[in-house]
Amino acid sequence: MTDLPLSGVRVLDMTVVWAGPYSTMLLADWGAEVIRIESTQYPPPTTRVPAHPSAAQVTVGKENKLWNMAYPNWDPGPRAWNTQPTFNAHSRNKLSMTADIRNPEGWEIFCEMIKISDVFIENNVPETMEKLGITYENLSKINPNLIYIRMPAYGWTGSFKDYRALGLHVDAMVGHLWTRSYTDTDMSERGDIVLADAMAGITAAFLVVNGLRYRRKTGKGQLIELSLAEGFIPFMSDAVMDYTMNERVQESNGNRHTSMAPHGCYPCAGDDMWINIAVATDAQWEGLCSLMGRQELVTDERFSDTLARWHNQDELDEIVIAWTKDKDHWELAKQMQDQGITAGPVLNSRELLHDPQLRDRDYYHPLTHEESGTYDYNGPMWKMSKTPNRLRLPPCRLGEHNEYVYKELLGVSDERYKELEEAGHIGMDFIDSIP
Amino acid sequence: MIQPLSDITIIDASSYISGPFCTKYLADMGANVIKVESPQGGDVARRLSPFYQDTPSSDGSGVFLFLNANKQGITLDLETDTGKRMFRELIAKADVLVEDFHPDYLSSLGLGYEDLSAINEQLVMTSVTPFGQTGPYIDMQGDEIVLLGMGGPMIHTGNDNREPTKYAGSIALRQGGLLAALATSVAITAMDLRGTGEHVDVSVFEVLAGSQDRRTTLMLAHQHVQEVFGRRAVGGTIASGIFPCKNGYVNISGGGVRFEGVCRMIGQPELLEDERFSPSERLLEENAVVFNVLFLEEWLADRTMLEVWQAAQKEHVLAGVIYTTKDLLDNQDFQDRGVWQEIDHPNTGPVMYPGRPYIMSESPWSMRRHAPQLGQHNEEIYCEMLGYSRQELVVLYQVGVI
Repeated sequence: MTDLPLSGVRVLDMTVVWAGPYSTMLLADWGAEVIRIESTQYPPPTTRVPAHPSAAQVTVGKENKLWNMAYPNWDPGPRAWNTQPTFNAHSRNKLSMTADIRNPEGWEIFCEMIKISDVFIENNVPETMEKLGITYENLSKINPNLIYIRMPAYGWTGSFKDYRALGLHVDAMVGHLWTRSYTDTDMSERGDIVLADAMAGITAAFLVVNGLRYRRKTGKGQLIELSLAEGFIPFMSDAVMDYTMNERVQESNGNRHTSMAPHGCYPCAGDDMWINIAVATDAQWEGLCSLMGRQELVTDERFSDTLARWHNQDELDEIVIAWTKDKDHWELAKQMQDQGITAGPVLNSRELLHDPQLRDRDYYHPLTHEESGTYDYNGPMWKMSKTPNRLRLPPCRLGEHNEYVYKELLGVSDERYKELEEAGHIGMDFIDSIP
Repeated sequence: MIQPLSDITIIDASSYISGPFCTKYLADMGANVIKVESPQGGDVARRLSPFYQDTPSSDGSGVFLFLNANKQGITLDLETDTGKRMFRELIAKADVLVEDFHPDYLSSLGLGYEDLSAINEQLVMTSVTPFGQTGPYIDMQGDEIVLLGMGGPMIHTGNDNREPTKYAGSIALRQGGLLAALATSVAITAMDLRGTGEHVDVSVFEVLAGSQDRRTTLMLAHQHVQEVFGRRAVGGTIASGIFPCKNGYVNISGGGVRFEGVCRMIGQPELLEDERFSPSERLLEENAVVFNVLFLEEWLADRTMLEVWQAAQKEHVLAGVIYTTKDLLDNQDFQDRGVWQEIDHPNTGPVMYPGRPYIMSESPWSMRRHAPQLGQHNEEIYCEMLGYSRQELVVLYQVGVI
């Protein structure tokens, strides 16, 4: 294979949960050597865990169809940490090493890795990093050209510096939860999303790639800080500026739009099947009326023009639902697209896995993982005309690449390697006391 | 060099949301972005609400003003022979082109990647479109809700007994734009190293299908167990969910290993001894509901959002507050950290915008100019960069090329 654009870049990866791992996935996909530094001695928060799920947990997971417990055939296997879907979905193309960096010997190993890395990335609670001695001041002494990118939930300064959070909490704090979802139920029934992780993950990869370019041009490494919350704010700019320009606090408009009508998600034939429809113009509305066999609505004064439709959306939705509810979502979408109407089915995982467009573009790449099996993974997220790219390695198992990292990169002797194994640094199994 | 992309010139022929969001991130990273708009009304985003003081005008859209700050703006009619020639002249002096037209459009004008790379072999051309440059869906129209339903996790968003729901505003289109900014940066890196540019094909549908917001994980989970996962029921999980408190709502994730912390937080550690809340029993919905209603909500009722959040943090329980936009803007910490940026624009005067999304210690984020008025930089670009005379601009303006 041709060299990928990020070939030769080494990233030391101490990321957890979702945001950090997503960003290093993007970097690894385009050629960076991403080495996860993990430990067999303590549990990474919400990553690879539960390490030892109880029989009850597995049963409840299966009975309630909890996707975070969806191990292959609902069986975690002897090493649950290697078959977790929430971990494996973002861990291809990466390497995994282990070291217990809480003790001096492990810290030494960590420092050796910092020396030979271009980028260090983590998204832990700031105080956890500080306690370990992981600060830019310390790391830049070891490697002055290092790019250190940290991704706290809120920031390394301020009252909420060490506050624990997941993407769903960030979603609520930046005002997104308030402005999305149902308009007719209590706030407590809106359900969670974890979008902030994806946004921070992409932004972090963008910052690393540009930080590396700056270093190529100037020779300077740097400290980059991306707060999950702050990284999400650009996505909320409409609501923010409605407030700063008009002092308006935006509320959710459900599935509706500020000018289009009908605009929403309508039921179709089948179990949990839906279609999204977005009508912007009079011509599209006329096309929809003709498809529905309801030409009389074109001249009906409740719906005859954009403004009338916008004012009468409840009635409009009832008419559309009556038409869509017993029809196939893809059939309807095709008919509408042929009429120039923006519409598309709401696709579930099975449909998306077999989607003709994605298959035509060779979007999924199969990878075989020794403990979980062979599955299709989302391939690289964009295409480059002169740089063919395929996924290379299956999701990394805990400690899978210790030999390569310790022996080839750090030059550790066989004898020393054994000592480090006995000392609990090198291994492939979480200790039993980790839940 | 001041910023990572300070030496990069980008021609931005895109409009609406995804393309401009991409070039905003690149402009904020230092690139010189020249936005090309149609002389007939310009970017459609100029028509998107909210508007300054609720007064619709082509320089009053909060969407447009935010997305296009830090860019210069020119007008050009690409469908005239003169316009095409001038566009080629721009491309000859640029490093990057970002566009979002139908995959056939630019080639039909003789301005496709093959044509343009013949003029400038270093050119990186980024196309960001709903479904990509190839495949059976290229003629389909995709807007926010449609793309979110097809590629995004809409099927998993909302309650299991109701219709799926979308995100607010145009977040999915922006996610496609952000990914395009990353893809363009990687292509610039490749161009630095190899000396030739290439065509970058970003499909918003694929970006969403590969998004971490549940799509990737659930795709793997689906293959692991052949189950089609829908939306989750709300409630029924111990110490987890959105709960009302004294002055609003809080979001608590206190199940699993964090449950002990929740019991301490509400001052009832003895509940850990209660057999209904043992590690296996508390997984059952009936016991979870008992705990949530009788103990947790009871405790929450006379505490404010901030009090709950502080108490949760003390026990390392994952929790958060449910903010409105006003709460967000009023928050002292965000203000102190400098996340808001005042930008002065001739039409609005100074207005507060979302500012830096990140901190770079050596190459800081910077705001250099407000969003362009239609054709604001025609003279600078056409005369100073391409060498046209002012008299020629007058001719071009009269015939509608600019």
